[in-house]
Amino acid sequence: MPKVEIIKERTPMPHQDAKIRAHNFEEVALGFTEEMALAEAKRCMQCKNRACVKGCPVEVAIPEFIALILEKDYRGALKKIKETNVLPAICGRVCPQETQCEQYCTLGKIKDSKPVGIGRLERFVADWDLVNPEEISPEDAYCEDVDDDRLKVAIIGGGPAGLTCAGELANLGYSVTIFEAFHKTGGVLVYGIPEFRLPKDIVKKEIDKLKECGVKIEVNSVIGQILDIEDLRKMGFKAFFIGVGAGLPVFLKIPGTELNGVLSANEYLTRVNLMKAYDPEYDTMVDQGKNVAVFGGGNVAMDSARTALRLGAEKVMIIYRRSEKEIPARREEYEHAVEEGVEFHFLRNPTKIIGDDEGFVKAIEVLKMELGEPDASGRRRPIAQPRTEYIIDVDLCIMAIGAKANPLLTKKTKNLKLNKWDYIEVNEKGQSVSIPDVFAGGDIVTGSATVISAMGAGKKAAASIHEYLLNIY
Amino acid sequence: MGTKIVSKTFLNPNKTVFEMVVEAPLVAKKAKGGNFVILRIDETGERIPLTVADYDKEKGTITMVIMAVGKSTTQISKLEPGDEILDFIGPLGNKAHIKKFEHPVVFVGGGVGIAPCYPQAKEMKEEGNHVIAILSARTKNLLFWEDKFREFCDEVFITTDDGSLGMKGFGVDKLKQLMLEKPLSQVIAIGPMIMMKFVALLTNGKKDLPLIPTIVSLNTLMVDGTGMCGGCRFQTMHGETKFACVDGPDVDGHDVDFDNLLKRNTRFVRVEKIRLEKYNEECRAINKFCEEKEIEG
Ligand SMILES: Cc1cc2nc3c(=O)[nH]c(=O)nc-3n(C[C@H](O)[C@H](O)[C@H](O)COP(=O)(O)OP(=O)(O)OC[C@H]3O[C@@H](n4cnc5c(N)ncnc54)[C@H](O)[C@@H]3O)c2cc1C
Ligand code: SF4
Ligand code: FES
Repeated sequence: MPKVEIIKERTPMPHQDAKIRAHNFEEVALGFTEEMALAEAKRCMQCKNRACVKGCPVEVAIPEFIALILEKDYRGALKKIKETNVLPAICGRVCPQETQCEQYCTLGKIKDSKPVGIGRLERFVADWDLVNPEEISPEDAYCEDVDDDRLKVAIIGGGPAGLTCAGELANLGYSVTIFEAFHKTGGVLVYGIPEFRLPKDIVKKEIDKLKECGVKIEVNSVIGQILDIEDLRKMGFKAFFIGVGAGLPVFLKIPGTELNGVLSANEYLTRVNLMKAYDPEYDTMVDQGKNVAVFGGGNVAMDSARTALRLGAEKVMIIYRRSEKEIPARREEYEHAVEEGVEFHFLRNPTKIIGDDEGFVKAIEVLKMELGEPDASGRRRPIAQPRTEYIIDVDLCIMAIGAKANPLLTKKTKNLKLNKWDYIEVNEKGQSVSIPDVFAGGDIVTGSATVISAMGAGKKAAASIHEYLLNIY
Repeated sequence: MGTKIVSKTFLNPNKTVFEMVVEAPLVAKKAKGGNFVILRIDETGERIPLTVADYDKEKGTITMVIMAVGKSTTQISKLEPGDEILDFIGPLGNKAHIKKFEHPVVFVGGGVGIAPCYPQAKEMKEEGNHVIAILSARTKNLLFWEDKFREFCDEVFITTDDGSLGMKGFGVDKLKQLMLEKPLSQVIAIGPMIMMKFVALLTNGKKDLPLIPTIVSLNTLMVDGTGMCGGCRFQTMHGETKFACVDGPDVDGHDVDFDNLLKRNTRFVRVEKIRLEKYNEECRAINKFCEEKEIEG
């Protein structure tokens, strides 16, 4: 057997310069050129045990698609990925690869060596396809008239879970309608994750492809208000997938959260991403801050902080109660935030928000923390250090400390069993434990998680819905 | 495919307050007094929450009464029947709690707040209540729909700040008179925040007047209207945080921290003023351009 050559260094990803990008909304990571992709693909050792695949929540055939890249068969590589992951352009950009596939990559286990840039290669293949789309023959294209006798399935919520489930079911021959509350489909991909990290055009192209496959999309449809599941049953839908996400914002329980200039990351990001408040052509307003404090340490906090910079803030601080090691954000986002000039105040907990006479934020009080023993989540618990409070002047405070289940639909759906955190209880097939024709997946089942796990859940539920409907009809 | 405007009627000579009827059959089917809708005029528009002022389940229409105060509402006022609104979302929020009460139910509608009282008052009447409406405005020209209320209400009173129509004074003054005259079961106040605050202070039983359960309708700033942003939040008197869009918009008036809410509503005031001026300037420029063209041609 020929000895494999070990290339320890990764092919660097080209980026927009940190100083420039901190003031615009264009994409930060520019993507591999063909040359770079081939160089990176060459690093893969084609391990027999496929260690990387075990780290992937949907088990993408990683060594196989990388081998196809080396053969320059990019279409083949894309098809290989799409066997299990229908949104590669998105996942290549937002998956936390360092805790998934790349964490298990054999190359990364070798001394001084870095894992293969699997996410970057995935993105390369998907972007290649967006520029070189496959021509769809007219016979394959969707035809309205065949609609009538196909079984109807309703998808509630157009985030990654709903989109994936819809795509799978459409391919299996069902008549699928997505009901989305907002005026745009995509869930967190359009209202949460900013343009500079995930261009909305890419999301739109993925959604357009679904429409080409015959998926119908009803936007502006808040299920539980305009229609409920019972109404949809009467309209002839035979099965339901609930993928409404975990969209309820959490506010710290400290004095001052009612002040102007205190807002949830959900509101801040929605105003900027979905409503495009950064663009003067658009009417939606957003609070402007000179000194901005963001509470939290996850992707949502990074996105909020980097958005504030781009909107012209002079100083943006992330206030996180644990240390650098514990931040749950994707490593790359954290590094990008540091490069762009976001200040990190680790081991600090806000205790009070202070306002001026007119009800606007003027400062926050924070308390120093130290790390104690690991808690239930395995992370070391932050312990308050009494009498270490101090004041920081800020004029905008963004809460990015997590989200909960939105009860709007679930509480109005009779007999739908929820767990103690109000998430939907499902069996291993993604089927509601209390209503047989209702399936669910994504953040509304697991709580805030990842795009790829939501997609995985959507895919699994689609298979279960298919099985369920085959048994009945 | 947008939502079609069926009609637009200005309700005052200055053309700042108008009634707009749109075709939205699915929304109309579910809508009730107390609900609100959110609309977005076009791709660059913002999401504007508006309380339902009437619904017609047969015709499939929703009526809203809008005051042109900011850029977006001024822009809507310029749309004509046949035009389409890009996005129309509803019904949102909770419907009003309608039931039969022992004593009269009093609606206090102030300014454009008169309109959302209408469907609730009608539903209260259909439930068999003795319904009293106090309609108040700054001046005669801003008072509308008196005839619509007279059609079914047991008693209708008019107040204007300047005395140009009905009693001179505020709706609260009339309410106080009624409270002294007879027992009342329920007050529903919809109008400017400050008016609702004073109604709630009058009926909270803390002075020498009786306590009367009082509902107010909160028109806070909103984005989604479904509980996912928290922009609409308000404080209760117990220091609890609630969301107007999903916990309301109709809420217990005695439990609202109005002073905080009055401050929260100033969040974008400065930006909005600049924006409106800019928009009006643009409109004037366009008009001028068109006029000049016409003179030439
Ligand atoms: C700012 C931010 C950054 C993130 N960054 C990353 C990242 O880098 N990598 C990663 O893997 N994950 C990231 N996540 C997490 C990830 O986005 C979510 O886990 C994922 O989107 C969940 O998908 P979902 O389909 O379950 O729900 P969502 O994406 O939340 O979609 C739910 C959809 O349902 C709609 N809906 C809600 N209620 C109703 C109703 N009653 N009727 C109709 N429609 C309704 C919503 O409008 C929404 O469109 C991030 C999340 C946020 C908020
Ligand atoms: S573990 Fe790494 S080196 Fe091995 S096959 Fe997977 S990507 Fe290639
Ligand atoms: S408007 Fe966003 S939560 Fe109420």
